[in-house]
Amino acid sequence: MTPAPSADHPRPASLSHLFVAFTLLALQGFGGVLAVVQREMVERRRWLTQDEFLDDWAVAQIMPGPNVVNLAMMIGARYFGLRGAMTALAGLLAVPLVLILVLVNLHARFAGNPHVEGALRGMAAVSAGLIAAAGLKLSNVLLRSAMPAAWCIAITVLGFVLLALLKAPLAWVLLGLGSLGCVLTYRKMTS
Amino acid sequence: MSAGAIHLSLGWHDWLNLFAHYLMLSLMSLGGAISTTAEMHRFLVEQHGWLTQAQFNDAIALAQASPGPNVLFVALMGWHVGMNAGSTTAAFLGVAVTMVGIMLPSTIFTYQVAQWGHRNRELRAVRAFKQGMAPLVIAMLLSTAWILASSAGRGVADWPLWALALASCLVVWRTRLHLLWVLGAGALLGAFGVV
Repeated sequence: MTPAPSADHPRPASLSHLFVAFTLLALQGFGGVLAVVQREMVERRRWLTQDEFLDDWAVAQIMPGPNVVNLAMMIGARYFGLRGAMTALAGLLAVPLVLILVLVNLHARFAGNPHVEGALRGMAAVSAGLIAAAGLKLSNVLLRSAMPAAWCIAITVLGFVLLALLKAPLAWVLLGLGSLGCVLTYRKMTS
Repeated sequence: MSAGAIHLSLGWHDWLNLFAHYLMLSLMSLGGAISTTAEMHRFLVEQHGWLTQAQFNDAIALAQASPGPNVLFVALMGWHVGMNAGSTTAAFLGVAVTMVGIMLPSTIFTYQVAQWGHRNRELRAVRAFKQGMAPLVIAMLLSTAWILASSAGRGVADWPLWALALASCLVVWRTRLHLLWVLGAGALLGAFGVV
């Protein structure tokens, strides 16, 4: 679906607009870009609604390949087809790739500096907070799910325990809890 | 960095081998390229000796610290393999081989499936899939946050880091403050040894 541009659901004006948006987005992502995608695409630019973001994210997760790369491709394709997908991908990767190659050559000089190491540690902690906040913000779409809220919460909690605390392999959790969620939802849907 | 610890001479069949390996890893990388790091370690460090352990660790740590998608750690591994082979040209070749390898198959596959899902989005099965996956997607986000927050690995001594993570979570959840301010604050607190 290519939504009609409107005040609350704008869309990228051109391929270069898309490229620049993804470059800026990628450059804000320390320790991963995921939290920033939600912030930029859903809240600031409003190219996606919460629901569309979650839909795309579920698919991006379950497919092979880097999740954020998959997600960028799907957002690009939503508006400009294959060209959009490639443009979003290039925007996400080109400048950060150059930057990381510069950094790897500087790294030798600063490795072991306690201030640099401290700064990196601080940024990693903040990134953790950003990602958790992205998860909490998305939880309001569960209220509109066909699945009863109690089941949604049970799956979320169980998923967290399995993945974060017990370090269960993702593939098995996706297969087990994921298909459970899908089957329960399918049975509750009216049509 | 311990570049120079290894001096390799790589023939075209080695590069091809590296490329083929990353093509295969691409299709196995469910849940992101990071999920295949154990296999990359086995191949690059243990089996072929193309990377030192230190180079392998640095690649992952630096990609975490650098802006951009984490998959760029793959480019750094390619870079180090090339540098170990003795030249900057080889390093750029290494980046190209590993990045194209890890991206190409998964990208084509995901694009096709996503387009199919989009065309058939009114199907009950497609809608059930998307709604049914949502709770687990949220669980995965919270788990990623948890694992990242505990990555310093010093247990209870890390409580200031946890407090910082919690505070930034609340700020981002409840306000519209720009993310870069929050990240900058975290970097400053870390640099001055507060966390």
